[in-house]
Amino acid sequence: MVKEVMSDINRGATHFNATVLANKRVGQYHQIVLGIGDLVKSCRPGNFVAIKVGGDSSKLILRRAFAISRVSESVSFGGTMELIVAPHGTGSKWLCSQSEGVELDIVAPLGTAFGIPTTPVNALLVGGGYGSAPLFGLAEVLKARGCKVDMLLGASIGAKIYAPMEGKRSVNSLKIYTEDGSMGELGRVTEPITRLVENGEVDVIYSCGPMGMLRAISEITNGTDVVHQCAVEEAMACGIGICMTCVLPVKDENGQIAMLRSCIDGPVMDGAQVQWQLVGQIPEVAP
Amino acid sequence: MSNFDFSTTLGNAFFNTPIFTASGCASSGKELAQFFPLNEIGAVVTKSVMNKPRYGRPTPRMAETPSGMLNSIGLQGPGIDAFLAKDVPWLVEQKSRVIVSIAGETVEEYATLARKVRSVAGISALEVNISCPNVENRGLVFACDPEASRRVIDGVRKTIGGEIPIIAKLSPDVTNLPAIAQGVVEAGADCLALINTVLGMVINLDSMRPHLGGKTGGLSGPAIKPVAVRAIYQVHSALPQVPILGMGGVASGRDALELILAGASGVSVGTASFGNPHAVIDIQSELRELLITKGFPSLKSAIGYAHRQEEV
Repeated sequence: MVKEVMSDINRGATHFNATVLANKRVGQYHQIVLGIGDLVKSCRPGNFVAIKVGGDSSKLILRRAFAISRVSESVSFGGTMELIVAPHGTGSKWLCSQSEGVELDIVAPLGTAFGIPTTPVNALLVGGGYGSAPLFGLAEVLKARGCKVDMLLGASIGAKIYAPMEGKRSVNSLKIYTEDGSMGELGRVTEPITRLVENGEVDVIYSCGPMGMLRAISEITNGTDVVHQCAVEEAMACGIGICMTCVLPVKDENGQIAMLRSCIDGPVMDGAQVQWQLVGQIPEVAP
Repeated sequence: MSNFDFSTTLGNAFFNTPIFTASGCASSGKELAQFFPLNEIGAVVTKSVMNKPRYGRPTPRMAETPSGMLNSIGLQGPGIDAFLAKDVPWLVEQKSRVIVSIAGETVEEYATLARKVRSVAGISALEVNISCPNVENRGLVFACDPEASRRVIDGVRKTIGGEIPIIAKLSPDVTNLPAIAQGVVEAGADCLALINTVLGMVINLDSMRPHLGGKTGGLSGPAIKPVAVRAIYQVHSALPQVPILGMGGVASGRDALELILAGASGVSVGTASFGNPHAVIDIQSELRELLITKGFPSLKSAIGYAHRQEEV
C-alpha cells in the first residue's frame, strides 16, 4: 500500500494577488484578463479560480468561483488567465467594475480538469450560455492532440451566446441554438445530440452550462459508449473542500452513492456517475 | 519578542499557540495543508463525526448573508471508524495537534464515539458537539436542554477517565447559557467551546420559500462575533476557572484578541477560512503581534483581561 504522505487535495493551488490586465464588455458578459505569471503552467481546461470580491470593507465574506476560460503566455504580459463573467449578482458586478491595474486576491487553479484523450477522438463540446467560455481553451488542447472538435452552443437568447471570433478557429464546426431563434437555429442545444450519438459520430462529449443541460446530455449518453465529461455548477462557499456545501450525489465504481464536493471532486465529473435525479435530495439508504 | 509566551492550555492539554481551526470549517485538515503547515497552528479541530457514515442534508446547503453565511450541512461524514483509521493518522503524521469533534443522536452514541476516540493515539482533546443546529428535530439539540446536555457529558466522562480533556460545544440559542455551562462542567466537562452557529433562515425571493434544503441553517461569520463575545464574557464571569475555546466570526487578530479578553483560552477560526485559505495562520501572526504591541508578556495574561477590576 502506498503511504499517503502529502495530500493531493488542492495540489498546485496558489493564493496570491493577480493584476487585472484587461476588462472589456463582450455582449452581455465581461472578458477579464489577469496576470498570473508562471501559474499558467498549473492551469488545465476545466479548472476554476476563486476570487475575493467587494474590497476589504465588504459585507461579502465568500469568494466567487469562475471557470478559467483559457490561459496563455505572451512576451508582453507573461502568463495570463482569461475569465468570462456575467454581471448577475453583487459579487460578479463588483468584479466586472474593476479596471485595469487593480489587484485581485485569487486562489487558483482549483478543481478537476477535463480529461484529455491520449489518442485522437471525435469530440463534441456543448456549452450553455457563458458556460461555453472554458470550452474554447479546451478545444485548442484537443485540436493539438489531433481530435476532431465540433461545438454546439445554446442559450435562451442570442445575446447570451458567448462565441469569440478567435475561438471559432479552434473548432471544426460551430452550431448555435437559441430558444427564441434570435441567433443560429431555433431550439435547444441538446436536440441534435441524440442523432450524433446514435450515428456514432462522437466519442466524447465535454459540456459546461446549466445543470438541466448537463442532465439532459447524460440521459442521451446513458447506455452508450459515449463518455460525458461535464463541468457541474453548485453553490459553494469555499472552493477548497472545507465547507461541504457544494455536494452532489455521485455513484462510485462499487455502486455506492457518495455526496461529493463539486469543488475538489469536480467541477469536471463523469456525467454517467452523477445521480441527477437525486440532486437536491438525500439518497434513501445510508451509505 | 522572542520570550513572549504564546502557549495555552485546555484542561491538561498543552498547545504552542492559542489559534485552532473550528470544527466543520477545516474538514480533516488535508484541504488546508496546501496553504500552510498544519503543525504551525495550535491544533486542527476536525469536523464533527458521527458513529455511522452520513449523507447530511439536501442542497442548497448555503446562503451568503450580510457579513455572514448560513450553512445547512447536517453532519455529512465518513463515520468514526473510517475517520479514525484514515484521517487521524494522517494528521498525526503531519505532526499536527488534533482535537477530534464528535456528534451523536443519543447519549449512547456519544459514549460509543468517546470510547473509540480514546483508543486512538495522538489526539489532544475531545470536543463533544452537543449543539449542531442542523438536525431534523430541534428537540435533539442537546445543548438547548440543561438536563440532556448533562446526560451526554456524563456518558462521555464515564468513558474518558481524564486521559484527554473533554470540551463541550454549546449553542448560543438558549436563554441561560451560564446555567447550561455550569451543568456540563458539573457533569465532567473540562472545557467549553463557545459558540456554535446561531439558527437562522433565508427566504428565496424567486421561489418564495426557504432557500436552504434543510430550511433552517447555522449563521456564522463576522455577523455573529458580538454574540460570541457576549457568550464567552458571560460564561467566563460565571465560571472563571473553566477554560473556554472561543469561536464565532473571528476574521482577524483583533477579533481573536476580543474573544481572549472576554475569557477565551484559545480561539478557533472557522468561516474566515472559506474566504481566505490562509486565515488561520494569518490571524495567528496578527494576534501574536497585537498581544506584544499591547504589552502582554504572555497569551495567558490576556485571558479574561476585560473582566479586571476598575482601576482606582
